[in-house]
Amino acid sequence: MSTHYDTIREILSRQFGDRILAWEFPYGMLSFTIQPEFNLKALTLLYDDPDLGFQFLTDITGVHYPEREGQELAVVYHLHNLAKNVRIRMKIYVPVAKPDVYTATGLFSGANWMERETYDFFGINFIGHPDLRRVLNVDEMDYFPLRKEFPLEDQTRIDKDDEMFGR
Amino acid sequence: MPEQVNINLPEGSIEKQTTRLNLGPTHPATHGVFQNILEMDGERIVKAESTVGYIHRAFEKLAERRPLYQITTLTDRLNYCSAPLNNMGWHMTCEKLLGVKTPKRVDYLRVIIMELARISDHLICNSIVGVDTGAYTGFLYVMQYRELVYEIYEEVCGSRLTTNMGRIGGFERNFSDTAFRKLEKFLEEFPGVWKEFENLFTRNRIFIERTQGTGAISAERALNYSFTGPNLRAAGIDYDVRVHAPYSSYEDFDFIIPVGTTGDNYDRFMVRNEEIWQSLSIIRQAYQKVQDFKGTEADVYHADAPAYYLPEKADVYTKMEALIYHFKIVMGETEIPSGEVYHAVEGGNGELGFYLISDGGRAPFRLHFRRPCFIYYQAYSEIVKDTMLSDAIVTLSSLNLIAGEMDA
Repeated sequence: MSTHYDTIREILSRQFGDRILAWEFPYGMLSFTIQPEFNLKALTLLYDDPDLGFQFLTDITGVHYPEREGQELAVVYHLHNLAKNVRIRMKIYVPVAKPDVYTATGLFSGANWMERETYDFFGINFIGHPDLRRVLNVDEMDYFPLRKEFPLEDQTRIDKDDEMFGR
Repeated sequence: MPEQVNINLPEGSIEKQTTRLNLGPTHPATHGVFQNILEMDGERIVKAESTVGYIHRAFEKLAERRPLYQITTLTDRLNYCSAPLNNMGWHMTCEKLLGVKTPKRVDYLRVIIMELARISDHLICNSIVGVDTGAYTGFLYVMQYRELVYEIYEEVCGSRLTTNMGRIGGFERNFSDTAFRKLEKFLEEFPGVWKEFENLFTRNRIFIERTQGTGAISAERALNYSFTGPNLRAAGIDYDVRVHAPYSSYEDFDFIIPVGTTGDNYDRFMVRNEEIWQSLSIIRQAYQKVQDFKGTEADVYHADAPAYYLPEKADVYTKMEALIYHFKIVMGETEIPSGEVYHAVEGGNGELGFYLISDGGRAPFRLHFRRPCFIYYQAYSEIVKDTMLSDAIVTLSSLNLIAGEMDA
């Protein structure tokens, strides 16, 4: 890890201390996990601090880990400092029973649809979002399809076997 | 309720009301399946609301049950105007996760294909801008030369639109002589035609009147909306994934990133035009580098990754190991190492990202596509607010919105 990554770690650790739960460096991208209540504070610091300057939001998405008790849903932010060309990944974990997360739309206009998409597929409730509706699926849908409890059809199932036509 | 505009008219008069107009989902001018609900005051747009999702096909969900090779066909159908770019991007993501290192010749061949795909993508976009401003001729004329690109694809992988090209670690077969002849033909014939196309537009009075100053977005707003690709560069920000995070040996090539200043339709058109010239230059450099390989190196077209690269058919019949790998790859029984990787390529429309999480199974645990179209389309309602309907149409095509990429 280069010195720049050390600076990023230092600034974030100084501000948030042990609220940052983990640091990782998978495949050359600095990643950290922070307590979910602090996501917006962390994003704001990453945006405003002149040494950090992560002012470009690359992506927001969700992940569902059904086996992780109390932190089933993850929200993953990819940020980019275009001037220094550094990327960073921030993750927060929230319980599926109460998936409340602060919205990033105040900082990034582009977060609007990304968060709508994440809500659409994972049911993550972005508090303060101006227009939290489904974006790709139909409005009448009453479940969140990318959660793991909705498996695609099992390719090995036999109850649909048809003697003449196969499956 | 939309804001009231003509304050001199008495309350409740018919002139004071706005009209609701559905632009799409199947309007020919939208060039794809998406809808805009426009509140119109005469010809002026008071408010626009975009609706997407009409061709959502749940690729991210499908990918969670598919082995890596079966996901390539899904990426074809993102931005179908430049399918090989998506294919290569996906294969490079897999290589990053699997730790496969590709030989230089593979990188250069990929660069040729990716730049051809970029040309065909920009070519469609710019000629459609022409169609929407009333110049059908250019579109029909250059379409003939996209055909040459498709013939090269056909020679390399056998298909044309949804290419499913390449493998993890390289290509399915070496490029034939015919493929190179076709490439030479394209390099020879296309530049003159593109120059003619440019001459038709860039100083054309009507075209300039229609595009300059319409559909503009400032650099700050474009950044804030997470714009990438030509649309961001037209606003004046020189962000290009090929330079910021070089993949597939892009660092070996000499090219410039064109930028605009105003971010309007004309600048987007000009940036794409210049990118086509740059792509042509990159292809020439790459072709030269490919020709410089001598001896056994000149036949390399894939990496040495037997567990992931589908073996030669002849080997499958004669070698035990190849047979086993063939079976495992075809049946999707290859286990992927667990890990979490983000890889981005410069797609036709901007940063096309693949966020892949593997838990060590045979299919990704989670795969997310960062689709540039989806992200910048949300700015559309802001861009077209208070403009004329006919300008909104040009803006729609000059942003290059591809419904397949938007909805995934």
